[in-house]
Amino acid sequence: MTLGAIGFTTPWLLAALLVLPILWIILRAVPPAPIRRRFPGVALLLGLKDDDTVSDRTPWWLLLLRMLAVAAAIVALAGPILNPRQTAETQDSGPLLIVLDASWASARDWPAKSELLDAMLAEAGRDARPVGMMRLSNAEPPVFQAAEAWRSRLSGMAPSAWAASETTMTDAANMLGSDGFETRWLSDGLDRTGRDVFLQALEDRGPVTVYESPVPIIALKPAIVEDGDIRITGLRAVAGTPRAVQVEAHGRDPSGISRVLADLTLQFQPGDLEATGLLSLPSELRARLTRFEIAGQRHAGAVTLTDDSLKRREVALIAGREDREGLELLSPLHYLEQALEPTADILEGSLLDILPANPDVVVLADVATLSVAEEEALLDWANEGGMLLRFAGPRLAASDVSRSSESPLLPVRLRAGGRTVGGAMSWGEPKQLAPFSENSPFFGLTPSPDITVSAQVMAQPDPTLSERVIAQLSDGTPLVTRKRIGAGQVVLFHITANAEWSTLPLSGVFVQMLERLAVSSTLALPDLSELQGTTWQPVQVLNGFGALNDAGTLPGVDGENFLQDPLGPELRPGIYEGPDRRLALNVLDTETVLQPATWPADVPVLGLERAPETPLGGWLLAAALALLMADIVASLALSGRLIPARATLSAILLTVMLAPQSADAQSDLTAEEKTLLAASEVVLGHILTGDPQLDQTAQAGLRGLGETLYFRTSVEPDTPVGIDLETDELSVYALLYWPITPNQPIPSAEAYAKLNTYLRTGGMILFDTRDANVAGFGASSPNGQKLQRLAASLDVPPLEPIPQDHVLTRTFYLLQDFPGRHTGRGVWVEAAPPDAEQVEGMPFRNLNDNVTPVVIGGNDWAAAWATDASGNSMFPVGRGFAGERQRELAYRFGVNLVMHVLTGNYKSDQVHVPALLDRLGQ
Amino acid sequence: MSPIAPLRAQAETEAARFPALLARAEHLAGTVLLGEHGRKRSGMGDDFWQYRPVQAGDELRHIDWRRSAKSDGQFLRQREWQIAQSVTLWVDGAASMRFSSDDAVPEKSDRARLLALAMAILLNRGGERVGLSGANLPPRRGEAQVERISMALMHEDSADYGAPETTGMLSHGRGIFLSDFLGELDPVKKALTSAADRGVRGVLYQILDPAEESFPYRGRTIFESVGGTLAHETLKASELRDRYLARLATRKDELQALCTATGWQYGLHHTSQSAQSAVLWLYNAIDGEHHR
Repeated sequence: MTLGAIGFTTPWLLAALLVLPILWIILRAVPPAPIRRRFPGVALLLGLKDDDTVSDRTPWWLLLLRMLAVAAAIVALAGPILNPRQTAETQDSGPLLIVLDASWASARDWPAKSELLDAMLAEAGRDARPVGMMRLSNAEPPVFQAAEAWRSRLSGMAPSAWAASETTMTDAANMLGSDGFETRWLSDGLDRTGRDVFLQALEDRGPVTVYESPVPIIALKPAIVEDGDIRITGLRAVAGTPRAVQVEAHGRDPSGISRVLADLTLQFQPGDLEATGLLSLPSELRARLTRFEIAGQRHAGAVTLTDDSLKRREVALIAGREDREGLELLSPLHYLEQALEPTADILEGSLLDILPANPDVVVLADVATLSVAEEEALLDWANEGGMLLRFAGPRLAASDVSRSSESPLLPVRLRAGGRTVGGAMSWGEPKQLAPFSENSPFFGLTPSPDITVSAQVMAQPDPTLSERVIAQLSDGTPLVTRKRIGAGQVVLFHITANAEWSTLPLSGVFVQMLERLAVSSTLALPDLSELQGTTWQPVQVLNGFGALNDAGTLPGVDGENFLQDPLGPELRPGIYEGPDRRLALNVLDTETVLQPATWPADVPVLGLERAPETPLGGWLLAAALALLMADIVASLALSGRLIPARATLSAILLTVMLAPQSADAQSDLTAEEKTLLAASEVVLGHILTGDPQLDQTAQAGLRGLGETLYFRTSVEPDTPVGIDLETDELSVYALLYWPITPNQPIPSAEAYAKLNTYLRTGGMILFDTRDANVAGFGASSPNGQKLQRLAASLDVPPLEPIPQDHVLTRTFYLLQDFPGRHTGRGVWVEAAPPDAEQVEGMPFRNLNDNVTPVVIGGNDWAAAWATDASGNSMFPVGRGFAGERQRELAYRFGVNLVMHVLTGNYKSDQVHVPALLDRLGQ
Repeated sequence: MSPIAPLRAQAETEAARFPALLARAEHLAGTVLLGEHGRKRSGMGDDFWQYRPVQAGDELRHIDWRRSAKSDGQFLRQREWQIAQSVTLWVDGAASMRFSSDDAVPEKSDRARLLALAMAILLNRGGERVGLSGANLPPRRGEAQVERISMALMHEDSADYGAPETTGMLSHGRGIFLSDFLGELDPVKKALTSAADRGVRGVLYQILDPAEESFPYRGRTIFESVGGTLAHETLKASELRDRYLARLATRKDELQALCTATGWQYGLHHTSQSAQSAVLWLYNAIDGEHHR
């Protein structure tokens, strides 16, 4: 039975409401019971009559109160439920399969989906239904098990950065088995091929309900460079009302911290599926871009990564001889300038002036001899990845460079004088280019037969020559040779850069060759032929939410697959590194069209918002109880037993107890006063998280620790201080305690700069996730995830779980465990240097000479330390004596920590004791 | 267990209370400075009053030779006339006196005993004879009498309301009646008249609890006397308040009128007030009697 949004489990109990009028009459006739009082003055009262006799009946409002209480109790027992199960979900027994698209498009609504999923699982758990779960982006045969088992794994589920392809859909349809079940499909709202097959397979096995968000998805196509501007295209699935979206261009600022460098508003016109905008950025800024992202969308499709293709290369052009005025076409650099101008920034000047600017490419046109300083500088630069492009010419041909032994800055040894073919004084025709071989970077280009070479420098035949040739003439003589220098390379064109020796610089092939050499990089994607046989190694990959993560140990991808395969677990969107360059693989490519999903009419489609089934019985019972309490007070008042003075007093007491705690006195201090206070004493600081209760606990914890230090050691800390990272000076604090909550704000870049300075100059931060779950480095708890995000911009050295012989275990007390309110064992400190070794006869290694800048744990130390103003512990720890022992150990850990900060590795120096004794003369 | 044991224990408890009461009364009495009741004229007594020239008819043996030797005339040394009064106390020991409306306020009987004993001590120091009517303690002097009185004060009556007793009152003595006078008025009237007939004058001291003055009760209530013999039920106690207070005022007026008629003094004391002011008032009232 349902009444509006409220259903009842045992509606017949409501019949008891009929008794209420009878109860009314009975209760009405019964006056409140009298009080017996001793009163000597009764002799004077004898014979006095009461004026009216009406009040021997219970007053109507008291009756109403009691009636309401009884009615509430009756209704509560009838089991009212708010928002009882919808009719669309027909079954409440039998196995249930939950299908998740789990694609990038699901990421935006993932919190809502998790909530819905949780509610469904809770419900299925109540109905004792076996539940199977299937993620289409990563399809596996469904395993039906108890809902609670799934529920515990819910927090670890995340959407993938790719979507199911047609083959995976078909595979998934084949995995379903033969048994019937009810299906609930949490769709991402996008259509894809293969969906119908899968849906049909599901419908064959039972009813299907679809849940999807009605809000259409917005995504971003890869950014393209167009006439020096960046063209950004937004895409939406449903053409609807006009809408403006904000696109943020993220990149690294000069200090290397990722931040928004520029933004752009894309305006979707009504009825349009696409919106484009042009972003014009200075090349300096453009080179630092890492990705574009639609603000507030938070899914991988709203992110497009940039690779080298966006950067304008900086090319330094250096010629061996001065330009002769007026003879531009004869200038050795003219054609290079023409070829590079549209796509690259050209630097000119002397070599030693330009190299510190770290250009991507240095072009030396007919430069024969370099000074020793120049040569060394060039070598260093090339070793770190520079590309040196050299052109031959009369000077190089005439010089002795690389004649008898190979010059480090030339790929081959050269024969004296070079050769001329097809000239007035020589035999033969000018030579043409031979087709490019397979291992040449130019493979795939077709040299036009018009290109002729009439003069060149000749390479000496050497054992290494053949592997260094990447282009040759039709008679087999090398035309372009290449040699690797460290991470960089040197490429020699055996001809001049102008049209003196050949017509190559006049042709389009010359420009393409420069592109292939990545001298100028305007190409969007390499074509298939170029990628054959190459392997692309993922460097960073996107997760479903559009965050870039380290690729870790993901395997490399073959070049062919890289271009052709759909995205999937083997080919994740991200940044890939190939032989010569980095490529970004985005979720959407330039041809993608988003198509909204359409469902057959017999499949009910529900929204993600599903009002949860709320049993109201408990609340109603509580209300009945509250009404009865009110009845007690009212009856007391009516019969005169309620003494006004006492009632007022208790009311005041209650108010005082319930009143919010007064604000922390220290928050009134200005930043300067805080700094002064902290500079004049040893002061422990805690980072203000914005959660008042947590901040109070941290304050009380450090106060308790301070008291302990005061009583037990010669450290006498002053009152601890709450620190606002944005405004306060950090250098005066010995130790910062940083409790983590999922909601605290990420500090600004300036605050991070301050924190990094603090860490580098000997400060220590104790991170506390307070969830006792840091052993797995916290990826599964919200606090742990927050910690990772907070610490991402911090200059934290490599960490390791605290080793047994770490100096923290003996700076004051000898400790092996570091419990707080929890007893998690995972406490992480800076890793020992790799060369630290256990020496025979020594209890511990000679470890690093520094104070570890961070200690990370999750044992909620502040709560264990916390004392109120009178020194009583504020939170219980453990049970009984063992708990007190644990608290004592927590204090000892705190003492050790402060001692470690203040005395450094002093206790570690005991390793030298035997040597000192030895030196003392025994 | 023999019946002696509880009796003994009870006696011990009672005896334990007695020195405490005595000590408090001593303490209270110590706050009042007094001398003997000098009659401000010559007569029998110990204290020097005046020298006066010898007149005809004075016996020679009365001449103060030492004074007379200093001058030509003869002088007599006269002493101040001192006389001891007999004061009879009556303290209401009825159940109605064992009432206090609040923990902070002493019981009426407690206050009455304290005042009576303090007066006994004071009067004893002042050289008067003190007795307790109704307990067979005729007026006597001395510390022993004070102890006897304090013992006798421990006696508690089971009746609901007490009536003043005049047995053992000496003619032309003084009397102090301490009670709440909430019971029947007739016995009081009879006692006062009989006392006035014997030439006894004194003080009628009414001791009331603050609750009896303010009647702070509300709601449906059954009022019972402390002894439990009387009861009165009301549905709205707050409505009774005005009429009760009117009756109380009438009672006070009647007592006052009675006192005026018999030449006694009427005093009113609330247990919430300090005992010291009550002692001072009582002492002045008795002392003033001497000078009439």
